[in-house]
Amino acid sequence: MKHELPKLPYAMNAVSQAISERTIEFHYGKHHQAYVNNLNSLIPGTPFENATLEQIILEAEGPIFNNGAQVWNHTFYFETFSPLPKQQPEGEFMWLLVETFGSFDEFKSKFSTAAATLFGSGWAWLVVDTNGKLAITQESNAGNPLRKGQKPLLTCDVWEHAYYLDYQNRRPEYIQAFWSIIDWSIIEKRFLAAK
Amino acid sequence: MAFQLPALKYDYKALEPYIDAMTMDIHYNKHHGGYTNNLNAAIEGTSLTALPIEEILKDVSKLSPAVRNNGGGYYNHNLFWEIMSPNGGGRPQGELLNLIEKFFGSFNEFKEKFSNAAATRFGSGWAWLVWSDGSLKVFSTPNQDNPLMDVAEIKGIPILGLDVWEHAYYLKYQNRRPEYIQNFWNVIDWKAVESKLQMAISKL
Ligand SMILES: [Fe+2]
Ligand SMILES: [Fe+2]
Repeated sequence: MKHELPKLPYAMNAVSQAISERTIEFHYGKHHQAYVNNLNSLIPGTPFENATLEQIILEAEGPIFNNGAQVWNHTFYFETFSPLPKQQPEGEFMWLLVETFGSFDEFKSKFSTAAATLFGSGWAWLVVDTNGKLAITQESNAGNPLRKGQKPLLTCDVWEHAYYLDYQNRRPEYIQAFWSIIDWSIIEKRFLAAK
Repeated sequence: MAFQLPALKYDYKALEPYIDAMTMDIHYNKHHGGYTNNLNAAIEGTSLTALPIEEILKDVSKLSPAVRNNGGGYYNHNLFWEIMSPNGGGRPQGELLNLIEKFFGSFNEFKEKFSNAAATRFGSGWAWLVWSDGSLKVFSTPNQDNPLMDVAEIKGIPILGLDVWEHAYYLKYQNRRPEYIQNFWNVIDWKAVESKLQMAISKL
């Protein structure tokens, strides 16, 4: 099965209040594309030749896992941005966020801390954990919560390539700006599907 | 006594065009400076403040992640700045060259092995040339780990290191890590590496 780079649901400069066109060009056009290309060149002749990305995330190791999970993670990340985002969640999902973390702001602050303190390259996640509860987690490098039986709802890429052209060492500024382009209607849909 | 950010022996633009001035400035002041401050904060008020950094790193598995990460970051960048020079490049000589040829076949084979270790480190980390158990070895470590640490897969004394965190090259090379690695060979101060080798041999 040949994996494809999914189309971005917005123009490269659409979220430039938070992430520059140049960063999106490299991040999506080079990094995300390279993970797709690497995966396609790694899988022929392996048990993963016809596997879905989810199967690869659950079962593969080494470079096939790394590239497969990075394809999935980046798609999941880029999908959540919008130039005109729904600014905060509502309904059952909002209620659960408040119940779990105290308030929407508290949630954002805890998630931001997870993203800011992950050492090295990796991802911060909001997941539905194996007990059906909302939880904030960190994964190094290509790590993905599906591997632990969790259901991911939201992620922030904190590999330096995600923010270095725009923010250099100032990762907390990138995380702050990240919130301004998250479309909560997408996270709500993921939550409903995860239930 | 608190650890100090050591002075650079060249200015920010000295390694251009291979490493740009803005990268040097941010890498040294913000990243290396950050590791230095965070290391000092992590060990403040403990007996670790009396130890040299090498001793702290030796038993790092028993210490907090803050000491491992920032202590590693402090030491690794000290070494990185020391083994580069605006007058660098070329080939090693003398005993260093002899040992490289002995353990890797030729300088070019060593170069290829080291470049490959740097290119294939997934995520953030370092590629190393290490004096280990009477031989030279090449490998890589994740994040700010290094061969002095008890957690390292190969233990020894590093004599050459290449930072492959994206912050080391992203402003100039973006996703093109192999090009950064290729250009690193133009700024290696082989005399500094040789003197690290001599110190490593005399210690073991
Ligand atoms: Fe990324
Ligand atoms: Fe660095």
